[in-house]
Amino acid sequence: MSTQSRATAQSGEDLLDAADATRVGRQLGRPKGRPSWRQRLELSVLLGPAFILFVGFVILPIAVGVYYSIYKWNGFGPLKDVVGFDNYRRAFSDSVFISAIKHNLIIAGLSLLIQLPLSIAIALLINRKMRGRGFLRLVVFAPYVLSAAVTAVTWSLMLQPGGFVDSLVKNSGGGSWVHAWLGDPKIALSTIFVVATWQYMGFGIVLLLAGLQGIPGELREAAALDGATPWQTTRMVILPLLGPTIRIWIFLSMIGSLQLFDLPWIMTNGGPANATTTMATYLIDKGFRSYEFGYGSAVAVILFLFCFIFAVLYQRFALRRDTEGSLTRMAG
Amino acid sequence: MAAIQATQPAPRHHRVAKVAGPRSPSGTASAYAVGVIIIVITVVPLLYVILGGFRTTAQINEDPAGLPSPWVWTNYKAVITSSVFWHFLLNSTVIAVIATGLAVVLGAMAAFALSRYVFKGREGLYAFFTIGLMFPLTVAALPLYLQLRRLGLLENLWGVAIPEAAFSLSITIVILRPFMRAIPGELEDAAVVDGTSRLGFFWRVLLPLSAPALTTVAVLAFVTSWNFYILPLLVFNDQIHFTLPLGVATFQSQYSVDTARVFAFTSLSMLPTLIFFVIAQRRIVGGLTGAVKG
Repeated sequence: MSTQSRATAQSGEDLLDAADATRVGRQLGRPKGRPSWRQRLELSVLLGPAFILFVGFVILPIAVGVYYSIYKWNGFGPLKDVVGFDNYRRAFSDSVFISAIKHNLIIAGLSLLIQLPLSIAIALLINRKMRGRGFLRLVVFAPYVLSAAVTAVTWSLMLQPGGFVDSLVKNSGGGSWVHAWLGDPKIALSTIFVVATWQYMGFGIVLLLAGLQGIPGELREAAALDGATPWQTTRMVILPLLGPTIRIWIFLSMIGSLQLFDLPWIMTNGGPANATTTMATYLIDKGFRSYEFGYGSAVAVILFLFCFIFAVLYQRFALRRDTEGSLTRMAG
Repeated sequence: MAAIQATQPAPRHHRVAKVAGPRSPSGTASAYAVGVIIIVITVVPLLYVILGGFRTTAQINEDPAGLPSPWVWTNYKAVITSSVFWHFLLNSTVIAVIATGLAVVLGAMAAFALSRYVFKGREGLYAFFTIGLMFPLTVAALPLYLQLRRLGLLENLWGVAIPEAAFSLSITIVILRPFMRAIPGELEDAAVVDGTSRLGFFWRVLLPLSAPALTTVAVLAFVTSWNFYILPLLVFNDQIHFTLPLGVATFQSQYSVDTARVFAFTSLSMLPTLIFFVIAQRRIVGGLTGAVKG
C-alpha cells in the first residue's frame, strides 16, 4: 500500500496545475511552512466530517474485524477465548469454504471467457450508424440498474420447475433439455452465472461502446488505405486502443465476482448441497446462522484480503498507465 | 467527465459517428439481428413478471408461458392497497436520500479541500480516501454489523444510510476532485478580489459550476443505496424497517403459494427504478460508465 500511495502522491505532484501555482505564489508572501490558523480551521471543517465517516464506517470495521478474528466468539458474551490463527486454519481446511472460493473463481473465469468476448463482439457489431441504437443502449442497460434482489426473484419465478423457462424449452421441442435449473447441483452455479450475465452484461456493452466512440474513425480509414481487412483492423488497431476500457471492465468484473452474494443467497441459499456457496454467502451463513462471529470475522478478513490484494496488484500492473492517462486528461 | 466532453472538439465527434465501423450491408443486417435478440432477452423476463401479475395463480400454474386471460387486477390492487409495499418504498426512499445527501455534502467539502488547498499530506489523504474503491461493502458487512451493534444503530434507518454514505465517499471524491481542479484559478482570484472568502468561493462559485459532476455522484449514490440488499438484511429484523429489495425477497418466500401476488409485488417494486432510469437515463448511463473510467 505504501508504494501505491507514494506512486499516487508522485503523480499528484505532477498535477500541480495553474490553480495550484497561483495559490502557492500567494502563500509565499507568508512565513514559509506555517499554514495560517485560518487555513487549518477551514481544512478541518471541510475534511473532518468526511474523514470521521470514512474511518468510522469503512476502515475501523475491517480493523476491528481483524481483532475479532483471533477469537472464538458467539457474538454475545465477552471476548475471552483467544484462538490465534485457528480460525484461519479452520477456514482453509473446511471443504465447503474451499469450494466457495472455487465457485467465486469459476464465476470470475466464466465472466472472462464468456461475458467479455461476447460483450466486445456485440459492442463492435452495434457500433455503427443504425436505427434505434439509443433505444438499444437504454434497454440493454436497464437490468443493471435493477436491484439484484429483484433480478433474483424474477429469475426464480421463471426457473421454477415446470415454470416459464421449462415450458419454453419444451415448446421449442427440447423436452429432454428441461432441468431442475436451480435444484441440480451440477448446473445450479451455471444457472446463476447466466442470471448474472443477464443483469451485468449490458453495463459492459455500454462501457465498451463508450470506449469505441473515443477511437477516431480516421484510424480505421488509414488502416483500410494501407490494405488491412476489416478483421485485421479490428484486431490490430481497434482492440489495442480499447485496452483501457477492457482492463477497467476486467477489474470491475473480478471485484464483482469475488463479492457475489445477492443472487445465490436469494435464489438457492448457497445450495443445493453447497453447490452455489460463495465466500460471501458462507461468511454471512457462519455469522448469522451459526453465530460464529469470531470465525466469520476471519472469513471476512480473508475475503477482504482477496479483494485488496487483487485490487492493488491489478492497479499496480494493469491499470496504472491507464489511470495516469485519464487523470491528466481529466485535469487538463 | 463533462470536462472531458467539453475538451473534445465537436467536428471530430461528427466524424467518429460517420465512420465508426465497417460499412458492409451484411454487417448491418447482423447488427440489427443481434440488436433484436438482445432486446428480446432483456425484456422478456421483465414482461413475464409484469404480465404474470395480471394473471391468477391457477392460470400461471396451468400454462406458465401463457398470456393473461382474462386479465385480473386483484393482485396489483392487493399490493397497492396493502401498507407493506408503501412502507418498503418509503424506507428505501428515506435511506437513499439520507445516504445520498451525506455522501454528496461531505464528499463535496472534502473534494474542495483536496483540490483547491495546498497542504502537506494532501495526496496521501486523497489516496487514503480511494481505499474504499478497492473493496465493496459486502466484504465488510459482518464487521460492520458488529460495529453498528456497538453503536446501537441496529433496527435503525441511519444504521443502513450512514455506512452506505461512507462507502460512497470514495467514488464521490474521485469524481469531484478532478472536476473541481479543472475550474480555473482566475475565478478564485476574481472572487478574492471581490472580497469573498474561500468558503464563500466554494459556496457561490465552485458548487454551482460543479453541478453536472454533483448530479452524477448523487445519482450514483442514490442508485447504489436503493438497490442495496445485504446491509438492510443484516441490520433489520423487524419488517417495518425493510427496504424494497429486502421486502421483495421476503415477500417471495412468505407468499410462495400465492405466486400471482409475488409477480405483482415484484413488478411494482421494479417500477420506481425503471421510471427513475428512463427519466435520468443520460445521467445514470453516463455516470455509471464514466465514473469507472476516472
